[in-house]
Amino acid sequence: MSAAAPAQSGMFDCRDSFAATMEALAEADPRIVTVVSDSVGSSKLAGFGKRWPERLVNVGIAEQTLVAVGAGLANGGKVPFVSAASCFLTGRALEQIKADIAYSNVNVKLIGQSSGVAYGELGPTHHSIEDMAWLRLFNNLTLIVPADPWQTEQAIRAAAAHDGPVFVRVSRMPVPALDRRSASFEIGKAETLVEGDDIAIIANGTMVHRAVAAAQTLASQGIHARVVNMATVNPLDEAAILDAAVTGAIVTIEEHSVRGGLGGAVAEVVTANIPVPMRIMGFPGFVPTGSAAWLMEHFGLTEAGIVDAVKQTIARKK
Amino acid sequence: MSSPAQTLRNDVVPLIASKALWIRRRSFQMVYEAQQGHPGGDFSAADVLAVLYFGAMHYDPANPHDPARDRFVMSKGHCSGAFYAVLAAAGYFPEADLSTYMQPLSKLNGHPNRNYLPGVETNTGPLGHGLPVAVGIAIAGQIDKAGFRTFVLTGDGELQEGSNWEAALTAGHRKLENLTLIIDRNRLQQGARTEDTASLDPLDDKWRAFGWHVEVVDGHDHAALLAALTADPKGRGKPLCVIANTFKGKGVSFMHDNVAWHHGVPTKQQYEQAMAELV
Repeated sequence: MSAAAPAQSGMFDCRDSFAATMEALAEADPRIVTVVSDSVGSSKLAGFGKRWPERLVNVGIAEQTLVAVGAGLANGGKVPFVSAASCFLTGRALEQIKADIAYSNVNVKLIGQSSGVAYGELGPTHHSIEDMAWLRLFNNLTLIVPADPWQTEQAIRAAAAHDGPVFVRVSRMPVPALDRRSASFEIGKAETLVEGDDIAIIANGTMVHRAVAAAQTLASQGIHARVVNMATVNPLDEAAILDAAVTGAIVTIEEHSVRGGLGGAVAEVVTANIPVPMRIMGFPGFVPTGSAAWLMEHFGLTEAGIVDAVKQTIARKK
Repeated sequence: MSSPAQTLRNDVVPLIASKALWIRRRSFQMVYEAQQGHPGGDFSAADVLAVLYFGAMHYDPANPHDPARDRFVMSKGHCSGAFYAVLAAAGYFPEADLSTYMQPLSKLNGHPNRNYLPGVETNTGPLGHGLPVAVGIAIAGQIDKAGFRTFVLTGDGELQEGSNWEAALTAGHRKLENLTLIIDRNRLQQGARTEDTASLDPLDDKWRAFGWHVEVVDGHDHAALLAALTADPKGRGKPLCVIANTFKGKGVSFMHDNVAWHHGVPTKQQYEQAMAELV
């Protein structure tokens, strides 16, 4: 993965992948522009702005205008990538996302940066653990939560190639590059990273590598958990979810509230088709003060926490 | 498409007057038949719309996505009656479609939808959305050094939405001379006068302070509107704000400046009286 520089040994900040991919896309397509709300640095777009100053539109600290300007730029023939901290982009400008982007059905790409609890000690105002629940309501808004630098690049490229509104949830949390046997990305297609038929773990974003590690630990104990990377939350890969339900139990995990995110989406499909015991892992709501890493530990969003949840959920299998 | 600066002069004023009258009559018929709508605002905006579509803008209804077209954003989307009427008059769709206004499965939703109708640039309805989108369109034109202009019509009560002032700041900062905002300054919002609710005056000074060039005109004077909207923006170095002083319900005696007609609907007798006056 040439796009990302290691943040720590073997770990990557997916924003680097986003920024490098934006430059590669902009070189090839003059319609590509980026739109920010004083979020040049946090989007890692300083290099883009240096190369194409007229194609980096900074509207100032004004998220409603940020999103609306994206809609306007699309009207003017551009392919805008609107990038800002996910908490403000989605919370502050939710009605613009609804009316100007989704309902108007325009070719705008929204990039929610530093999503989840990446801002740690800054607290719930700066966390974005509600974004997927809010955005999942807009049926024509494609939602992608990439899990590593390679998938981030693929998601950004797929968003550019897709004619319609897309939201890509990018993390600044360090993640490893996932080990894949066959690397391909398609909007709406889940990927199975670990085979297994005792239970399925459906994860996305920063939780995928933890799910893989948990599956390896479980395998050493004789429990074969499938790991499904559900990077696209809309449209959902319902076939992959129904296959997962056939194992008889599902654990979902996401860096998001347990309400209305990936877990909720999976539950909607499972309950309507093949009801099986489920456990939805995530944050219960506003979280206390703590670093991102501490919050993950505290709420069990760890390899050990997943191992425990898998065993408890398997025990509920009929 | 021809250049209005060269071919459009005050000799189009009689045409504009006839179109404005038609917009009032046809939109009021739509509201009467649907027993829904916002006729007071339809009437305050009718003259602005007629000047834009029959005197100021370049567009080709047969090619509604032409990249070189002038754009019009109807931010006050609740006045869809007048907007749909002017789009039909301009040739975007058959006049007969107007009879489906707000009927089940009609393309003529209570608020405009670009995916249903040609000529609608962005879906509006919630207030304070049109100007920020129009700013984005104008930025696209600025980046490309394109010749098209972007016009946006807001209500005045709508300016109480903070999103407008975000967009005003961005437009002023970027010196978007290709952008024209028209404010339908009828001084009435849904239930009261703007100045009794959250006052806007001095409105012209506010826009000047945000870096805009301001023209204050009689929003029912076609020649004055035409002059303000067709003045060559090149070299002005600022976005243009035209404050169009208007009256809600303009054209019908019992609706004139009457807040009850924000979303009032006429009885048969009121409808007949209004039509008798709109000649």
